[in-house]
Amino acid sequence: MDAREKEIEKLKDYKYGFSTDIENTRAPKGLNEDVIKFISNIKKEPKWMLAWRLKAFERLKQLKEPNWQKPKYPKIDYQDLYYYSAPKSMDDKPKSLDELDPKLLETYKKLGIPLQEQARLNGIAVDAVFDSVSVATTFKGELNKKGIIFCSMSEAIQEHPELVKKYLGSVIPLSDHYFATLNSAVFTDGSFVYIPEGVRCPMELSTYFRINATETGQFERTLIIADKGSYVSYLEGCTAPMRDENQLHAANVELIALDDAEIKYSTVQNWYPGDKDGKGGIYNFVTKRGLCKGKNSKISWTQVETGSAITWKYPSCILKGDNSVGEFYSIAITNNHQKADTGTKMIHLGKNTKSKIISKGISAGFADNTYRGLVDISKNADNARNFTQCDSLLMGNKCGAHTVPYIKNKNSSSSIEHEATTSKISEEQLFYCNQRGLNQEEAVSLIVNGFCKEVLQQLPMEFAVEAQKLVGISLEGSVG
Amino acid sequence: MLQIKNLKAKIDNKEILKGLNLEIKPGEVHAIMGPNGSGKSTLSNVLSGKKGYTISGDVRYLNKNLLDLEIEERAHKGIFLAFQYPLEIPGVNTNIFLKTSLNAIKKAKGEKELDAIEFLKLVKLKAAELKFDEKILSRQLNVGFSGGEKKKNEILQMSILNPKLSILDETDSGLDIDALKIVSEGVNALRSKESSFLIITHYQRLLEYIKPDFVHVLINGKIVKSGGSELALELESKGYESLS
Repeated sequence: MDAREKEIEKLKDYKYGFSTDIENTRAPKGLNEDVIKFISNIKKEPKWMLAWRLKAFERLKQLKEPNWQKPKYPKIDYQDLYYYSAPKSMDDKPKSLDELDPKLLETYKKLGIPLQEQARLNGIAVDAVFDSVSVATTFKGELNKKGIIFCSMSEAIQEHPELVKKYLGSVIPLSDHYFATLNSAVFTDGSFVYIPEGVRCPMELSTYFRINATETGQFERTLIIADKGSYVSYLEGCTAPMRDENQLHAANVELIALDDAEIKYSTVQNWYPGDKDGKGGIYNFVTKRGLCKGKNSKISWTQVETGSAITWKYPSCILKGDNSVGEFYSIAITNNHQKADTGTKMIHLGKNTKSKIISKGISAGFADNTYRGLVDISKNADNARNFTQCDSLLMGNKCGAHTVPYIKNKNSSSSIEHEATTSKISEEQLFYCNQRGLNQEEAVSLIVNGFCKEVLQQLPMEFAVEAQKLVGISLEGSVG
Repeated sequence: MLQIKNLKAKIDNKEILKGLNLEIKPGEVHAIMGPNGSGKSTLSNVLSGKKGYTISGDVRYLNKNLLDLEIEERAHKGIFLAFQYPLEIPGVNTNIFLKTSLNAIKKAKGEKELDAIEFLKLVKLKAAELKFDEKILSRQLNVGFSGGEKKKNEILQMSILNPKLSILDETDSGLDIDALKIVSEGVNALRSKESSFLIITHYQRLLEYIKPDFVHVLINGKIVKSGGSELALELESKGYESLS
C-alpha cells in the first residue's frame, strides 16, 4: 500500500480523521501571563476580560489537577502545548462568507456542515469553531429579527459586554476546579446565545467544533442565557483529525434559565477516539453546568458520547428555582481502548424540584466505562424528586462497566429512586438477528440502538438519524 | 432443494447427529418427529448455521454447499427458522425489526428495498391474512409477548420474508388450540410449488392441521423410519419406544 491508500484505509474507521493543510497564527508555546495577554490581545478584548483571565490564572497556580477519576492518563505537560491556534486568514476577520478561506468552507463541507447560503442545513443555525476561532455563524440575521443573539463568544465580549459580564462564571465560578479554571484563563472561542423574554427560538442552534492544529489544546467557552419564558434547543458536534498524539479539549459550558424558560442542550461527541491499540485520541475533559435560576425553569442535557480517548464530564443542573426541572440523558459508548467517566450532578435547592437521569453505557473491546453521578437534595428542597436509571451493556469479556451513584439527602420529604442494570448482548440474540438476514454489524447496531432508544428519542429529529448511524459505526469490529 | 447426506454434528465433544440423511424437494412438507434429546433442535440449528457445532457430512441447498455459508447468507438465500424460543430485543420496535430484516434480504438479492409506506402496506396485508393483531407490531420485539404471540410473530415474519425453505422448530409447543389453528393456517397459506417446509415437532397434534407429505422419526441422531402422514398417527398410538 502506498501512503495515500494507507490514509484511505485508516479513514474508513473514522471518516472525520482528515486534516486541513492551512497556515496558522499561533500563540507562543506554553502557559504563562504573556500567552494569556496574547490571546486577549488578538481577540481585541476589553481590559476587564483580561483582568478576569489573569485572576483565573493566579488561582490556577494554587490548584492541583484532580486525580480521583477512574481513567488515568500520562501527565500532561501544560508548558508544551499551544493555547491559541487559528487560520491566518482569520487574522482580519472576514466580513462575509465570500471572504472566508475556501479551504475552511471545504473542510466544513466535508464534515457535512455546509456553511454557504444555498447549501445550509434547513432550520439549523450553525456556529463553526475551528481550533481557537469561530470562522462563521449562519442565520444570524434571521435570528436577530427576533432579538435572539447567536454569535461567537469573542464577538459577544465585544458587542454584548453587559450580558457577558453578568453571566460569565456565574454558574461555573472562576475557581471551580483545575480544568474549569484553566479554561477561564485561556479560553478562546465558543458560542454565545441569548434568547429574549417570551421568545421561542424558531430553529435549532448548533456549534460544530473542529480541532485541526497539532499540539494544540482547544478551550471552548459557551454561554447560553434563556430569559423569562423563552425556549431554545441547542446542539453541538465535535470531530478531530487522526493523530498519534493525545490532544486536550477542556471546555466550559454554562447555561442559565430564568423563570419559566427551557434550555435543551444536546451533544453528539465524536472526537477522534485513538486507534485500535489506544494510541492517540482526544482527552475530552469538559465542565458543563446549567443553572435553573428561575421558577418553573427547565434544563435538559442529552449527550451521545462516542469519540475521545478519555471522556470525563458531568453535565449538571443546579435546580435553584422552585418547581424547576433538570434532566440528563446519556449514551456513552467506549470501544477498543477508550475510557469514559461520565454522569451528572443534580443539585436540588428549590422546592418541588425534579430531576431525571437516564444513562446508557456501552463497553466493547478493552474499554472501560464508568457512570458517576450525584443527587444532592438540600435542606430546603421540600418535595424534591429524583429518578435515576443506569443501564450498562457489555460486549465481549475484556471490557468494564462501573456505576458509582452518590446520593446526599437532607430533606425527608424528598423521593429518590435509583435503578441499575448490567447486561450483555447474548449470542442467541445475535443468532436470531443473523437468521433474519442481518450481518453481525447490522445486528449489533440494531440491538444497541434499541438499548439506547430512550436517549436517542431526546435528540432533535435532524440529528437522531445521524446519531443512530454513529452508534452502529462506533461499535464496528467489536464482535468477532 | 435440500439434500443432506451423512450429517454428523458434535457440540462440546458430544455427538448429537450421527449420520442423518434427508432430501426435500420443492413444494414438499416434511415433518420430523422424535423424543426429547433426539437431535431435532440441533438439526434446525445446523441447517440455519448456528455457531458452536463441529460438523461433517454433505448438505446441498439449491445445488450449493450450504455449510460454506454464513447464517445471514443462508437467510438471504431463502432459509427461515421459526424459533422455538423467539428472542426478546428490548427497545427495538417489531415493525422496524421486520423492515430491517426484509430490506437486508432484498438488498442481498439485488432487489429494490421497500420504503416505510410500502412496507407498512405489506405488513398490514400479511397481518390481516394471518388474523394477527397489528398493535403488536408497534411493541418492542417479543418483549412482554405471550407464548402464542411470539409464535404468531414468527409466522408473520415468515410470511413477509417469503422464504424458500422454512424450518419450524417446535412451533406448536406452548400454543393453545386457537393459536395452533391460526399458526397452521398461516403455514398452509404459504404452501406452494416453490416453497418447502421442515416441521419439527414432538406431537402429532400440529400435523392434524398441517398435512405433511413425509414424516420422519428421529431417534438418537438418526432417522430411523420414514413414511407418509399416517406414520404420525402410528407414533401417537404406539409411542417412540416401539421404534428404538
